[in-house]
Formats: sequence, C-alpha cells, structure tokens
Amino acid sequence: MAENRYKLNKELAQMLKGGVIMDVTTPEQARIAEAAGACAVMALERIPADIRAAGGVSRMSDPKMIKGIQDAVSIPVMAKCRIGHFVEAQILEAIEIDYIDESEVLSPADDVYHIDKTRFNVPFVCGAKDLGEALRRINEGASMIRTKGEPGTGDVVQAVRHMRMMNSEIAKITAMRQDELFQEAKILQVPYDLVVYVHEHGKLPVVNFAAGGVATPADAALMMQLGAEGVFVGSGIFKSGNPEKRANAIVKAVTNYKDAALIASLSEDLGEAMVGINEQEIELLMAERGK
Amino acid sequence: MTIAVLAVQGAFAEHENVLERLGIPYVELRKKEDLFIKYDGLILPGGESTVQGKLLKELGMFDTIKEQIQDGMPVLATCAGMILLADKVENDHREYFKTLPVTVKRNAYGRQLGSFYTEQEFKGIGVIPMTFIRAPYIDSVENGVDILSKENGHIVAVRYNNQLALSFHPELDNDHRIHEYFSHMVQSHMR
Repeated sequence: MAENRYKLNKELAQMLKGGVIMDVTTPEQARIAEAAGACAVMALERIPADIRAAGGVSRMSDPKMIKGIQDAVSIPVMAKCRIGHFVEAQILEAIEIDYIDESEVLSPADDVYHIDKTRFNVPFVCGAKDLGEALRRINEGASMIRTKGEPGTGDVVQAVRHMRMMNSEIAKITAMRQDELFQEAKILQVPYDLVVYVHEHGKLPVVNFAAGGVATPADAALMMQLGAEGVFVGSGIFKSGNPEKRANAIVKAVTNYKDAALIASLSEDLGEAMVGINEQEIELLMAERGK
Repeated sequence: MTIAVLAVQGAFAEHENVLERLGIPYVELRKKEDLFIKYDGLILPGGESTVQGKLLKELGMFDTIKEQIQDGMPVLATCAGMILLADKVENDHREYFKTLPVTVKRNAYGRQLGSFYTEQEFKGIGVIPMTFIRAPYIDSVENGVDILSKENGHIVAVRYNNQLALSFHPELDNDHRIHEYFSHMVQSHMR
C-alpha cells in the first residue's frame, strides 16, 4: 500500500469523527440508521448479540447482502472479516467496501497472524483493549482503532476499561524520558517509532473510536468524555424497543457529549434498552480474540 | 477576528489546528446557544453532510446560520460543507442552505478507493495540495460564481460573494494558504 493511500485511509476516519457508526443487517435498517444520523454503517449478517446467542462459527457476510446495503445508503459502508482471514478481506476490497473491520466479533480464522493490512488499498479498523494491541494493529496497517469492549452484551464496562487502559498507557509514555522509550517499545512489543509518536503527540497516530457494549445516549457520552473520537453502536440500537428514536438520541449525545441537560432530555422515553448480559454472565469473551 | 467552526460532526478539529497555527481565535458551534457568541466568519468542515445537515436542523441551528450566510458572513466550506451550501445536489434529495448557486454531485469520485491526492492550480494562490476523500465535485454553476480550480475537468473550488466552497480538504495538508485566503475574506468583510 502506497504511503499516500494509507494517509487517505486515515483521513477518511478523520471525517467520521464525532459520529456514530451503526451495525445494520438489512438495507431497511441501513436506511433507518442513515436517517437517524449515522456517519457510517457496519453491514453484517447478524448483530453481535445474535451471534452470541446463536453460537457456532461466525463469518464474513454474504457480499450480495453487503452490496444491497451499499446501494441503500450514501454514507460509508463498512463490513467485518475474520481476524487473519485475508481472503475475506480481498473479497470485501473487490466489492469496494469503504472500511474493513478485522473483527473479534467473528470467529478468528488465524490464531497467530492478523492480516497484513499494508497489502490492501481499502482501509482497516481493528479492535484493541490496550495500547500494545492498538500499536501492533497500526503497525500491520490499520488506519483506525476502536476499543474492543465486549460486543453484543449491552454492558459498557469493558469498553470503559479498554479506553481507560489506553489513556493511562498513553499518559505514561508521554511523561517518560526519551531514553526510556526503547524499553517501553520492547515491553509493548511494538516498533520504537510508534512509541516515539505517542510520546510526542500524546495520542494514537490514527483515529480512535469506542465500541462494544454501548447501549444508551449516556453510554455514548461517557465514552466521548473518556476520550473516544466517535462511537460504534452494534446490538444496542436494533435490539432495543425503539431503534429509530434511540439511534437519533445517541447521535445527538455524541455531538453534545458534555451537555448533561441535553442528554437528560434525549434519554427520556427511549423505550426498552437492549436487555444485555453482565460481564460475569458471559461465556464467550470476544475481546480475548486476537492480541 | 473570531472564526466559528461548525463542530456537530466531522473533521472540525483539523480546521481548528490550522486556525491555531495562524493565530486566529475560533469558537465551536455545537448547539443553538453557541450561535449567540459573536463571530466574523464560519467554517463548514468535512464529515458526512447527511449527519451535519440533520443535526443543524434538529439542534435548532439551521435558520440562524442560513440567515448569517445570506447576510454576507464569509464562509469556508469543505467537502460536506460544500454540499450543505449547494443550491442543488444532483444525486440526493436532501436539501440544506441552498445559498450557493451551483449543482453538486455527491460522492462523485466513488467510494473510498476513489479517494486521491493531487496538486492543482488555485486561482489567486498558485499550485496547492488537494486531498479528496469520497469527495463531491461541482457539475455546473450559475452566473456570478467564480470558478477557482478544476481537477481533471471537474470544478473543485468556487467563490460566490463571500462563500468559498471546496471539494477537497485544505485542513489535512500542511499548506495554510487557503485558510489565509479565507481570513483575508473575513478581514475585508469586517471593514
């Protein structure tokens, strides 16, 4: 991938900032998401909560279904491939997807290697639960990062944990002496240059969104106040009582994430939130896939 | 001079960074109350026009900003911002400010694989870097619209009175001449 292309791919993520990316499974849901103010949609066959419930191997979605969603909306369309499954990624590139999510929500296809994302022209977003994971994915060519959180649970605790972990590790590196960075690169198992970037800028070299367990406008604003640059909402919308209203409210809460009075009014009468599962009740920890 | 940057969604921080480097004070517009702050120029950043347009309307900001633009407030609009200003969008039924008499084509270069970087002549400035991200271009202009730049035959920059609209993203490259040009527009409007 040319350096120029990587820059353009990071820049598309910059355009998505301050926005909400919503999981959708049909063109109809995609249209609802776009009308509610989604800045992009993630096309997938089953939302994480259903993947969790159904069990079994979860794979890339049918390209025909993804194309149907591409035709239905004008905003960027993302889709997921399995960790390490570079042929699924090649397929998604062939249908000109705007962003590939190499995602722990699907069953990993490779338990050692992630996709060499530098060999693609389309951009990749990857999940991370700490700074080491984030920088390793970036080194592999990811042009956007999101927290892993715990998808399909409606429980925000893990997204919070991952965002706080990244923040504290970034703060630590920012405060380090220059000569301590070599050792830090060794500990994190990442290239020295990326550690230097974090040291100098106090942030990741790419856009960082929150994902995994966001279910309410307050959850979304919480992640923004913790430093997320935007939010992915998966099961939280279309598993709730009134998807349209909830999606609208989450979009506005992300824009005005510090305005408690506004978020209070947005949180009224949203109907039932997705039921959710507590962290302790989960049998499958998706965040443990792909380090 | 204070510039307001529409900050409901998109790459507004990038514009703010450029303004900071140029030493120009700015404010963010996120909700209706922010419009009461006094500012002399307005930046409509890149992002998704569908999201920005919807939030402008639903957060009660749309009418005031439209009036400000109609009353001659200088505005710099990039990418999604250009769609918000356009009188007509050829491939979209959604309508926004309609203060710029041009017809725009959304996502005119296709999906992300069609995004590109180039350097082209910009009238009055010279050759400048241009980054196009899922960009629109202008299909046609009405009388009185000054075409400032073309790329491969497509119109990618225009000026109409105090409205400066670009398909590309000057805030993403380390060349601040567009923002300087815009700050001159604001200064002469203030006199």
